[in-house]
Amino acid sequence: MSLTLYLPKDAAALALGADDIAAALTAEAAARGIELRLVRTGSRGMVWLEPLLEIEQDGLRHGFGPLEVSDVKSLFESDFTDHAKALGPVEDIPFFARQTRLTFARCGVIDPLDLNAYRAHGGMAGLERARGMAPEQIVAEVTESGLRGRGGAGFPTGIKWNTVLQAEGPQKYIVCNADEGDSGTFADRMLMEGDPFCLIEGMAIAGLAVGATRGFVYCRSEYPHAIRTFGDALEMAREACLLSESFDIELRVGAGSYVCGEETALLNSMEGKRGTVRAKPPLPAHKGFMARPTVINNVISLASVPVILAEGAAHYKSFGLGRSLGTVPLQVAGNVKHGGLFEAAFGMTIGELIHDICGGTASGRPVKAVQIGGPLGAYFPVTLFDTPLGYEECDAAGGLIGHAGIVVFDDTADMGAMARFAMEFCAVESCGTCTPCRIGAVRGMETIDRILAGDPAAPAILADLCETMRDGSLCALGGFTPYPVESALKYFPEDFTPRQEAAE
Amino acid sequence: MAEAEISPTAQRAREIAAAHAHLDGPLLPVLHAVQHALGHIPREALAPIAEELDLSVAEIHGVISFYPDFRTEPGGRRTLKVCRAEACQAMGAARLGDDLRTRLGVDWHGTTQDGAVTLEPVYCLGLCACGPAALVDETPVARATADRLERMAREVVG
Repeated sequence: MSLTLYLPKDAAALALGADDIAAALTAEAAARGIELRLVRTGSRGMVWLEPLLEIEQDGLRHGFGPLEVSDVKSLFESDFTDHAKALGPVEDIPFFARQTRLTFARCGVIDPLDLNAYRAHGGMAGLERARGMAPEQIVAEVTESGLRGRGGAGFPTGIKWNTVLQAEGPQKYIVCNADEGDSGTFADRMLMEGDPFCLIEGMAIAGLAVGATRGFVYCRSEYPHAIRTFGDALEMAREACLLSESFDIELRVGAGSYVCGEETALLNSMEGKRGTVRAKPPLPAHKGFMARPTVINNVISLASVPVILAEGAAHYKSFGLGRSLGTVPLQVAGNVKHGGLFEAAFGMTIGELIHDICGGTASGRPVKAVQIGGPLGAYFPVTLFDTPLGYEECDAAGGLIGHAGIVVFDDTADMGAMARFAMEFCAVESCGTCTPCRIGAVRGMETIDRILAGDPAAPAILADLCETMRDGSLCALGGFTPYPVESALKYFPEDFTPRQEAAE
Repeated sequence: MAEAEISPTAQRAREIAAAHAHLDGPLLPVLHAVQHALGHIPREALAPIAEELDLSVAEIHGVISFYPDFRTEPGGRRTLKVCRAEACQAMGAARLGDDLRTRLGVDWHGTTQDGAVTLEPVYCLGLCACGPAALVDETPVARATADRLERMAREVVG
């Protein structure tokens, strides 16, 4: 008798014990004389259900989770049917059923390093179509789709590509920014671990579109599993001639610096320098890596290109709201009951996502705030939960969508401490090039301490300092740190009153 | 005077640098490889790297000191990276960090007196929906407790 089971090897699933489950499944199958084919997949993104085991029955994948080693024996005894951890068809779980999976269509479904499975699930269709198109046509298709930078800045991808297409240079580059440092975000990691060929395909299409023969992926060192999986995928892609002299990709690894997620700091880091921010202009599109024309896009931007080419721009832009077109992988994290990755058309409100889909907090206490867009994003109180999740919509509400990470806090959160942490983080990670960020972050910490100590002069100083950082910083690190600080102060002033030290 | 003996460390650093010299911007890959091979980047590795890559020792020092990953002194037998970022803070990371520093008797970046564990802060591991998160060497840990992390970090390296 043989049996095929699917179990994620995504880092979050591993962190929750997936390898222990795998070992137990293998041992139990052996003891029963069952020939087990255990397919290690990426994650479906329902992190609270990990480790999530799947089995195909009647053409549908049925799930069991969150599994513990002690569940394994009874799973076999139940013949993978009626079990306390049975979830039914995975794609019928409401969290999954309500999604529109375009970029993450294969993530959690296939073995990420199985190129045949990749092709069988629609992979390579975009690249094959692009090969029959002129560069201008590919750029036009991406422009028409409305795709904007998913790293956070939201710049139209097609326009960036067109600038590089028009630029003159002895060598052009495609650089993928996989320095996903924002807390609450893990979409890049999940995609590189769960569907790495999708990123490779997207970069190859970008190469055809702008005339670049070399690509780089700059991945943060905090992602050892993504580095390993993506590195293996590169080797397999070379063996299969998906990568060759005409377009090849090199994987580079960062070294723990948050600011290297800023595109010009990333370029300096790739060139072997300190990760300091460059003044713009010149734009990377004109003078990027090695001072040559360079496309820099986030992982999700590039990984969304294959489906745009395969299904057409009109299909992609049929999703979304206003100028935020297509889908966005929302990542819900922190103190959340049902956290994970939820890919949906832009336009869902914060409240619908947090309360209806994610079930509120993990602690069961009331939601106090969410921080959207990472450590440089604003805190949104519950009174703003009718804000739709889109680039302009979040901006109009005084925040930013960023890389679409949403961190949930319950009512025990101390927003004064969170505001201070925002300044501390900026001080730790500042590259030091510009004064408002380098000095401002340190003075910001001190000034928040003064507010918390009851100094009546301090709030005005903090407001002035935030204005200086916002207007005078070279990049978003110093420029956006006022977002979390000022939103915390604005919506939760009660958390900035003098502290009574519990000395006793 | 006889020519100074070339130390094995310097020789190894030179070989690694030479093997990467063809890359565009080889310095970070070289520093990662040297640290992987030697456990840290000792002072004596700098001159041979500088010669192979046609850089100054000062430039290399500047790069090493910029990036938190690179260390110029040996670390503990295991490295415990504990996330301090917002999503993990929402799940109690601040207390977890305090507990671990007390238990291990070190501050952030410190190594325990017995050389077993180096404690490093990290700002996001991408395990934000199952925090607080940590990495013991390369083993990810979700919903981490101080007990479990200390036990894992002190496990004898096999």
